[in-house]
Amino acid sequence: MSKVFESCAEAVADIGDGATVMVGGFTGRGTPSQLLLALREKGPKKLTIVRNDASGGWKNPIDVDILIEAGMVKKVITCFAVFGSPKKVSLLERAAMDGIVEVELVPQGTLAERIRAGGAGIGAFYTPVGVGTEAADGKEVRVVGGREMILEHALKADFSLIKAHRADALGNLVYRMSARNFNPIMAMASRTTIAEVENLVDVGGIDPDEVMTPCVFVRRIVPTGKVA
Amino acid sequence: MIMGEMMSDEIMARRVALELSGDCFVNLGIGMPMLVSNHMGQGKQVMFQAENGILGVGPRAEPGMEDKDLGNAGDEHVTVSAGASFMDSATSFDMIRGGHLDATVLGAFQVSEKGDLANWKLPGRKLGSYGGAMDLAAGARKVVVMMKHVTNDSRPRIVRECSYPLTAKQCVSVIVTDIAVIKVVAEGLELCETAPGWTPAQIQELTEPQLIVRNVSAWPLSVS
Repeated sequence: MSKVFESCAEAVADIGDGATVMVGGFTGRGTPSQLLLALREKGPKKLTIVRNDASGGWKNPIDVDILIEAGMVKKVITCFAVFGSPKKVSLLERAAMDGIVEVELVPQGTLAERIRAGGAGIGAFYTPVGVGTEAADGKEVRVVGGREMILEHALKADFSLIKAHRADALGNLVYRMSARNFNPIMAMASRTTIAEVENLVDVGGIDPDEVMTPCVFVRRIVPTGKVA
Repeated sequence: MIMGEMMSDEIMARRVALELSGDCFVNLGIGMPMLVSNHMGQGKQVMFQAENGILGVGPRAEPGMEDKDLGNAGDEHVTVSAGASFMDSATSFDMIRGGHLDATVLGAFQVSEKGDLANWKLPGRKLGSYGGAMDLAAGARKVVVMMKHVTNDSRPRIVRECSYPLTAKQCVSVIVTDIAVIKVVAEGLELCETAPGWTPAQIQELTEPQLIVRNVSAWPLSVS
């Protein structure tokens, strides 16, 4: 069966209530905005979203905010919940204050490593990041190599929505510049990875030396062209 | 008491830049620390890391020259320097957590006498943003804090114990404020430099813990 989908709507059609969804990107860069719009249209409820930044407020107006606003989100796992100026209350913080959305704050590198571990078959790991802070609350602490570390568990998802610059029809992916960020590790960490791609080329059109995400990690591809 | 003038953000950035002499790989936090990149002297071989996945961040992109895929962690359009590389977020934080960065410059709400750092959440708020600050504070070999010496309502930000939620314990090496340079040493906080127009006594007045005063010098002229 071909991995290439005609539309984002078809590609997200089986994301149902209660699904855990990773969303690639860092601010607007590498964010699969067309897949997010299609997911909002589809409208599943009680989603758990894993995403680097969930504060909104960046230059690109289409991010996971649109799902929170639509009342589709039960929980967000993120490192960035409040935007730049600490005085501003984000949509996510408002939803958390109202008890609508649960937020799990994770240090950025720990978030990346938990996702990487999820895709790599690692169950958990010890890290020095967050020791002695709220990030360590309720977690096992032990001394490893003379340094206090906390136990962090791998993250996996049902779906990953990611964005790539170039793909072939098998799902080999190439990212461009700082739009790579969380996309390659999220591609590995879920059962069904859906890639929104700017350019689709024939199989063999990407030099194997250049492939950043091998096609085994990618289930669906939607060519959307260049969308800012 | 009559006080001197607070130094501008640009002057602070110039003083922070001196603190990085000899460092090769440096991450600049979002906000004020990003100004530091404008003040690295010619010939200094510093490579700036942006935690969203760039090693070798260059100056900001000129208007009309922005690339939609090229930005720093603060969502600013930037350029890259010769020899730069891009990486995914896991590799970026391998660099940070793995101790491969010589220094990071971070903003702060509070720094304690022991070098504890608080910079991610205001008291009483439901949420905050860790961003990469906890990782940088735990992983960079030197943590330079760049912040105003007092809050908007003139309360000290350098305190005995942080009342704000912590980012990391005992991680700060040096604090550059708009009136002083203070190092974290084994016995506590040592006042090393005063900005023009400031005396050690005046700086002590705006600082909660007792400062160690041994060899205090004026900021280098090249800075102010």
